[in-house]
Parts: sequence; structure tokens; C-alpha cells
Amino acid sequence: MNLDATKLSELDAFMAETAHKTNSHSYVIAVLHKAQQLFGYLPREAMDYIAHAMNIPTAHIWGVATFYHFFNLKPVGKHPVSVCMGTACYVKGAKLVLDAIKEELRITIGETTEDGIFTLQETRCIGACGLAPVMMVGDKIYGDITPKKAVKVLAQIRKETV
Amino acid sequence: MAENTTGYRYYLTLCDGPTCMQKASRTMRETLERELARLHLSDKVRILVSGCLGMCQKGPILIVNPGYAMYGRLTEEAVVRIVEEHLFNNRPVLDFIIDEDHLFNKFYRVFGDVNFFGKQMRIALRNCGVIDPESIDDYLCVRGYEALAKVLSVMTPWEVIAEMKKSGLRGRGGAGFATGVKWELTAREKSDVKYVICNADEGDPGAFMDRSAIEGDPHTVIEGIIIGGYAVGARNGIIYIRAEYPLAIKRLERAIAAARAAGLLGQNILGTAFSFDIEIRLGAGAFVCGEETALMHSIEGHRGMPRPRPPYPSASGLFGKPTLINNVETWANVPVIILDGADWFATLGTKTSKGTKVFALAGRVNNTGLIEVPMGTTIRQIVFDIGGGVPDGRRFKAVQIGGPSGGCLPEQYLDTQIDYESLTQAGAFMGSGGMIVMDETSCMVNIARYFLEFTQDESCGKCTPCREGTKRMLEILTRITEGSGTAEDIVRLERLGALIKRASLCGLGQSAPNAVLSTLRHFREEYEEHIQHKRCRAGVCQAMLSYAITDACTGCGACRKACPVNAISGTQKTLHVIDQKACIKCNNCFVTCKFEAITKS
Repeated sequence: MNLDATKLSELDAFMAETAHKTNSHSYVIAVLHKAQQLFGYLPREAMDYIAHAMNIPTAHIWGVATFYHFFNLKPVGKHPVSVCMGTACYVKGAKLVLDAIKEELRITIGETTEDGIFTLQETRCIGACGLAPVMMVGDKIYGDITPKKAVKVLAQIRKETV
Repeated sequence: MAENTTGYRYYLTLCDGPTCMQKASRTMRETLERELARLHLSDKVRILVSGCLGMCQKGPILIVNPGYAMYGRLTEEAVVRIVEEHLFNNRPVLDFIIDEDHLFNKFYRVFGDVNFFGKQMRIALRNCGVIDPESIDDYLCVRGYEALAKVLSVMTPWEVIAEMKKSGLRGRGGAGFATGVKWELTAREKSDVKYVICNADEGDPGAFMDRSAIEGDPHTVIEGIIIGGYAVGARNGIIYIRAEYPLAIKRLERAIAAARAAGLLGQNILGTAFSFDIEIRLGAGAFVCGEETALMHSIEGHRGMPRPRPPYPSASGLFGKPTLINNVETWANVPVIILDGADWFATLGTKTSKGTKVFALAGRVNNTGLIEVPMGTTIRQIVFDIGGGVPDGRRFKAVQIGGPSGGCLPEQYLDTQIDYESLTQAGAFMGSGGMIVMDETSCMVNIARYFLEFTQDESCGKCTPCREGTKRMLEILTRITEGSGTAEDIVRLERLGALIKRASLCGLGQSAPNAVLSTLRHFREEYEEHIQHKRCRAGVCQAMLSYAITDACTGCGACRKACPVNAISGTQKTLHVIDQKACIKCNNCFVTCKFEAITKS
């Protein structure tokens, strides 16, 4: 896979900014954040590219990228879906919501639907405990969600996307 | 607040916390502006936005000043009436005012006649919901950066440290190490470079104190960090914050830029010889990075794994240099201690725990939200007075304090005081301040399993007791919740738990078994019921449920069609029955039934 040239030059510019700072290697996580923001996930090619540019072994970058939950190593669907699994949401029935979504989309955590619309992601507490249980689609938060409401919301979004 | 007060008749504060925003405080603002314009009030009323007020349950919230009239559960219609009657005709609209019984608030600001705030005392959160977090001028109006000016002009670093020690402030991140002592240890180290770190990697599920503190009042945290830098002789400050908190990051970036522009950060701060700057580093979703050595590895660009201590960060921390690391809430207390004095601060709280503590109150409780109470407040006061008790007439069962490292406390511990020692003695843990209330619909075995699943997943894998031990404990718990536990399993859990606590490398492993051990201590009979009688009294563990259809059944046939194993039989318009042997307890019928005719027990 070839990486988009304009995106790469943006990444280059970002890396150039960090290169002159003291302890410049410590910025590798910031660079990976930038790469994920540009490409939507972290393609292997991008990691190789960063390794060359920052003069860090790919193995180290791979180690970092796989350690942190925030980084996706596979492409992500148009609408990332997650159900908050924080304690407050859990106590108020988040697991039933998650089960309903899994069944509706026929995918499990970390997978993307065949049509590329939804990716089900694992998520920790998002701090909206006052609204528990909570579902997130993209940046939008749906509070006081029930299994039925969740399925309805997803169906609506699918209809709008197709 | 910052601008000239003449000309404005009213000041409105609209809560912009995530809960209120979700409940449409944005559209409220539009309605408000439209209505003000309609009555030609636009130049007589100023609208301010504030960070989370903490009263999430009653949002969106609007405060009208002067008078501190607090309106809640705003609707379009309410806004229209408030503008017409209160702002135009000067008559507060009683229908929408949040009012509970008495007026009682000791500190800094009267928050209106609301019980929710009555028992509270706001120090770390003193400006949250009061000032505009994106305006440095607003912060300056509430004595902002005055503590920094005082420190730089009339105090030596050692005097600052002495003041911190005298205040009795202890780390709010969980373990409760004396803050002043930590500062002193770092200050004593001789090094050309030192670092000061703010730990904003708030990972506990059910905790959102740090995020709200930063979103509501970023400058307080920044001021605290600068003072810390002066005291220990550092020039570099770093805020390590979760990438999952975009608004908090944005507010911090703005606040740092504004402080730099005002000469409060950078070279020769306020014209003195002291130079200091702050940089933001993002986490990437790893719970263990809240542990200080793991956090520093993450800043250095490595996998966030902890290392054994000593050496402590004060001697050899970030990039091998002496490092002072404190949590957000700890930093937010610093300017107050400097301004109002350690003697005053030390009068608050209990003998060993001074000041206040912020908690994120959530779960099965009427008023969920962010609260700050003096140390020594009892759990009962928090849950029933501030939290308003358990909803739907259900019975209180337990409160979980301290996140995955903490424990569950039952009813007989409700009068436990909030302080580091009392909580630890009761089998819980101060932690960073998550407080989840549970009622009888929560199964304690299942809760223990939930927390262990979390810590097991977040275990970094470096040391064996944590990596393998939590996995085995999780297997045992899963077995019990699925109905195939044995009597020896309880003994195994206890033995394994004690071992993991003793042998793990960092705080994550050392506290991971707490959830299991504390529920075993206080709710042992539930474990025994699960094992011996295959019964889950809360009706949570699916494998132990049995479903039945009551007389409320109308014979519509919906459940029959929904059943994937054809375990439900019956003809149209007659009572249906479930074949218990065939039932796989999938819960489909329960969800499908429109008449609440299906029960599970």
C-alpha cells in the first residue's frame, strides 16, 4: 500500500517540529497520534516510515503502538461505535446494550461491519457517568441508552450513511 | 465577570459540562440569545459559560446573578419564561428554580439554596462553574495567580515547602503520600535539570474529577504547577493527560498560551529570575500509565511499564532526572494553601487527612455528579444527603470507592469517615475519587468479576503475579458466575489475592485483588449462594436465572417468535409457558415482552 503523499508531507512537517527538541525520541507517541489522525489508523507502512525518519527501530514503534489501546492497527469504519464500560454504566446495564449491538451488527469488539460503516470499539470510562449508560457513535454521545434505543440509533445512522 | 460591570443588569452562567451539553445547553444558548434580542436585553445581560457544575442530574443548568438563582432541567419553554419574567420583569420563575431546604455553605461561594451543595466545601473546584475557563481575565478576578506572585516576591523555595508541609496536604491521586515531603525530597536533589509533572491520566472507570477540574478551571492547575516548579528548582513542567479528553486538552492549551502571553510562563516570570514553561503530553489509553514510573516511561516514548522503586522519581525520574509528580487535584489545592495559609487549611478535615476531597458520585443514586466534601464527611452524608439516596424506592446495597484498586463497602460501613486511614481500614481505598453507589440489582460477585476483568486487561504483563495471577482469579470468578464454582474456589481466591498483593511490582497489581477480597469480606454469603445454591439474588448472572411468564401475558406470541430455541409454547391469546429445560436464558423474551409479563428470578 502506498501512503498518500500530502498526508506524508504533513507528517514530515510534524516530525520536523519535534526533531530539534531535547529528548526528541520521546515524541514518538505524539507522532503516532498525528499519523493516526491523518490515516485513520496506523498502517504498517506508516510505522516503517516513522522508524526511518526518527531513526528508531520499527520494532520499538510496533511495541509502543500495540501497547496502547488508543492506536488502531486495522482500518476503522466510518462510524466508530462504543459502549462505555465504566463502572457507573456497567451497574446500569451497559453490558446488555453492548450485547444487543454485537448481535445487531454481527461483529464483536475490534471488528468492522462488512459494509465498512461501523467499527465496534472497546472503551473505558468516558466520564459521562451522569448519563449512564452511555453509547458513543463517532463523537456523539447517547445517554440513558437501552438495548432497544441503541439498535434504533444504529439503524437510523446506517440509513443516513447508505 | 472580568469586564466592566457597569451596563450589565444580569449575568447568566450556563453550564457547559459534557452532560449539560448533551442535554442541549447549546441550543439553550441560542434560544436565550434570541429571546434576549427580542426583548432588547442583549446589551443588559451577559452570558458566561462555565465548566461542569457537578449537578449533572439536573442539567442543563442556568444560574442568574446577582441573586444566585439556579435554574435546572431547562427546556425551551423555561428559557423563554425566565427571560420574560426574571430578566425583563425582575421576578424569578419559581417553577424552574432548583430548591431544596436550607441555605448552608461554608466556603468561598454560596451556591444557592440547594441541598446538593449544602454539605459541600469547594476548594479544588472553587472556580468550576463560576468563571469562564477560557478567560484568563476571569481567573485573575478570583485572585488568580496571586499565589504565584506572592511566592515569587516574598517567599523562598524553602518557605513554600515548609508551608506545604504544614498544611498537611496529601496526594489526591490515591496513595496519599505527604505532598510537602515529596516536594522537599525533590528540592534536596542537586541537578541541573529537574522536572515537574502533573498526572492527569485519569483512568479509573467511573471517575471524572480531573477532567472536570481541568475543563472548569485550567489556570488553577497551571498556577499550582508553576509554584511547585519554583519550590523544587525546576524549569520544565509537563502535563500528562489522556487523549480521550479532547476538551480538557483544548482548554489547557489555551490556558497555557494565555499564561505565556501574560508573562506568567516562560522566561523571567513576573520580572523575576525564575523561568518555567509547561508542555502537554498525551497518553494513549493505558490504565497503568497512571502509575508514576509507567507514566514517565510513556512520556519518554516507551511502552508504559512500571519499574521497581527505589529509586523514587524524586531522585531519578523522567530522563533520569529528579522529578516531582502530583495529581491534578493536588495541584489545584496549592494556590489556595499559599493564599489562605497552611494554618487555615490544616483546620479542615480530620487529624491525619486535611482539606477536602473531590468525588465523582455515580451509579444508582438520585443526584449523580461531581462533589467536593471536607475530609471526615461520612459516606452516609454523601450518598443520602448530597446524593439524595437510591432511586426507585430500591434499597442501598454497597458503595464502591477507589475504582479498580478500591473496594465495596456495605450498609454497616455507611458511617465510615472519608479519610485515607478510615477507608483503608474498612477495606476500601481513597483512590482518585470514583464513588459508585449500588442497589440490590447489582450482584457483588459479578461486580468483582467486572473489576478483575478490567485490571486483568490493563495489566501491562511485566511481572508474573499480576499477569498470570489476575488471569487465574478471573477464570475462577467467571466459573462462579456461570454456576460451576466449587467450595474450594473461595479459598483459592483468597490465597491468590493475598499473593498477588504481596508480590506485584506496582500499584496496579498490588491493588488488583482488592475488589475480590473486599466483596469476599463483606458479601461472602453471595459467593456461597452462587456456589452452593446456584442462585444470584440480584438476578444478574444469566446462567442462574429462571424465566417464567405471569398472568399479565396476553398471548400475543411475540416472545414465542423471539425465542431462538423454541422453548416457549402457547396458542394465540392464551397464557404462554416456558420450557425450563430447553431455555438457554438468552433474555430475548424478557426484552421482547411489551406487557412485563416475563419475570426472571
